[in-house]
Amino acid sequence: MSAPTLTKDPAVKDRRPRKPRAGAPHLPDGGFGKTLRRNLTAHGFLIGAVLCFAFFSWYPIVREFLLAFQKTEDGDVSWVGWDNFVTVWNDPAFGQAWRNTLWFTVLALLLGFVVPFVTALIINEFRHGQGYLRLLVYLPVMLPPTASVLLFKYLYDPGYGMFNEILGVFGVPAQQWLQDPDTAMLSVVVASTWMNMGGATLIYLAALQGVPGELYEAAELDGAGLFRKVWHVTVPQTRLILLLMLLMQIIATMQVFIEPFLLTGGAGPEGSTTTVVYLIYQYAFNFNNYGAAAALGLVLLVLLAGFSAVYTKLNRADQD
Amino acid sequence: MSTRTLISPAQLARPRGKALYWVCFALVVVLFTLAFLGPLYWMVSSGLKTTQEAVQTPPTWVPGSVHPENYKRAWEVMDLAKLLLNTLYYAFGALAFQLVLDVAAAYSLSRLRPVLGKMILGLMLATLMIPATVLVVPQYLTALDVPLVQRNLLNSPWAIWLPSVTNAFNIFLLKRFFDSIPKELLDAASMDGAGPLRVLWSIVLPVSRPILGVVSIFAVVGVWKDFLWPMLVLPDPSKQTLAVGIYSLATSVPENVLIASLTIASLPTLILFLIFQRNIMSGLTAGGLKG
Repeated sequence: MSAPTLTKDPAVKDRRPRKPRAGAPHLPDGGFGKTLRRNLTAHGFLIGAVLCFAFFSWYPIVREFLLAFQKTEDGDVSWVGWDNFVTVWNDPAFGQAWRNTLWFTVLALLLGFVVPFVTALIINEFRHGQGYLRLLVYLPVMLPPTASVLLFKYLYDPGYGMFNEILGVFGVPAQQWLQDPDTAMLSVVVASTWMNMGGATLIYLAALQGVPGELYEAAELDGAGLFRKVWHVTVPQTRLILLLMLLMQIIATMQVFIEPFLLTGGAGPEGSTTTVVYLIYQYAFNFNNYGAAAALGLVLLVLLAGFSAVYTKLNRADQD
Repeated sequence: MSTRTLISPAQLARPRGKALYWVCFALVVVLFTLAFLGPLYWMVSSGLKTTQEAVQTPPTWVPGSVHPENYKRAWEVMDLAKLLLNTLYYAFGALAFQLVLDVAAAYSLSRLRPVLGKMILGLMLATLMIPATVLVVPQYLTALDVPLVQRNLLNSPWAIWLPSVTNAFNIFLLKRFFDSIPKELLDAASMDGAGPLRVLWSIVLPVSRPILGVVSIFAVVGVWKDFLWPMLVLPDPSKQTLAVGIYSLATSVPENVLIASLTIASLPTLILFLIFQRNIMSGLTAGGLKG
């Protein structure tokens, strides 16, 4: 078909004249003494934040790597090589936690990625009430997660919960939701999507506003219907944002903790909602095995750092 | 303003299109209201029910009898005043720390350009690539025994305040904004003999109000919403935040009282949102991606 290739040419963007470097030193360098003084002042402004980073970010990162190869017993630290990794690997919960986390990620991508995009598409079509709809979608994001998660726990209750009541209206039999290993994870994902979709929806809405209208007109002249317009115009035009959000979603959902922790006590029926981060939590704070927690954490870190690196690279390319 | 979207204006202008538009619009408004306000309505109204009614099958949509005293009971039994004050104390302390230290750092990196500044910024931004939950264990051990100073931060507000400063995203956001302030403006001030602090205070900060507002709101909401970290570092029930306190009391109070307390815990950030929704929404999209 003759639909124009509606992808942005990245080269066009780069040809824009670059702004002169902002924030170049505006104090003229006047000799060694002055440079030293300027640097002392500058580092004085930096020191507070740098110390916080050193103690609570950089040092813990290093420590995470060290811990993974150490064992702590009654305050005595010893190096144990790859033992912690072996312990973690041989734990029967290991495989299940990864399967659950991947399953959660797949479900969360199906729901948490597609639902906000479709929601944004719908809201964007209306010429009225956009402010109200945006407000509604973002409302749950502002609730403390404890409140929304406990709220969903009540809504899911097989006896007095509202969800079964609503399904009953449509003649669907009552579900066990969180108590059934088959539906527990799905229930967790639905709650999580409700809680978190606001941010993504707003970002998609902003991206949709940047799609040039002429492209839709051109597609219509070629006889494209609604779905084709979405697929051949909207998606390619917003593809960078979509890709960034996809990566972000993967990074966030692989770290899911609070929803399963509060909804199903962490493990869920037959361990059906044990996630990797919950397992880390258990090792560290229930079994006091920091080494195993760090080893498992390191595996997750290595995996997610890959996604993060791609994300950061794309994001920077987008903003330059 | 009406920009061209998926559905063509010509299609909408036809009587059939118009009718269809309004039907869809009404449907979506009702559906969205039910989906997003429904649970909140249930929360507020179930807080008004008797304990029996709150857990009866089938559930009721409208409370049979109204008991506003549940909210009072929640307030007293769960000592919500204490938890609320704690949370406010942590949230505004974190806000102060972030505003002072992150703004100073961003200003230094953007304007004063110290030796190794680029490397420090790089190291800060690199922390964004490390999944936050992985760091919880080593961070907890650090809080347990801060190296060099040998202090235990458990149950102290510092355990919330200091880590909140390590927000590379904030620093990045602020630095980008400071970068965009015209150089001439600042040069003129330093020509007049203003030192860096003076320039920051009298020129940079006043023009940066929008970004400071966004950072402030996210700082407060961040503390309000956090769960895992405060649960770990504030084990003493009298020091806990609202989110953690409600969780730890969840099994010891009747359902309707607990639900009432959920409403109370949600109110502050909801009100903050309704007042500042414009800033929050623009901050979300202007500041790039922050889901």
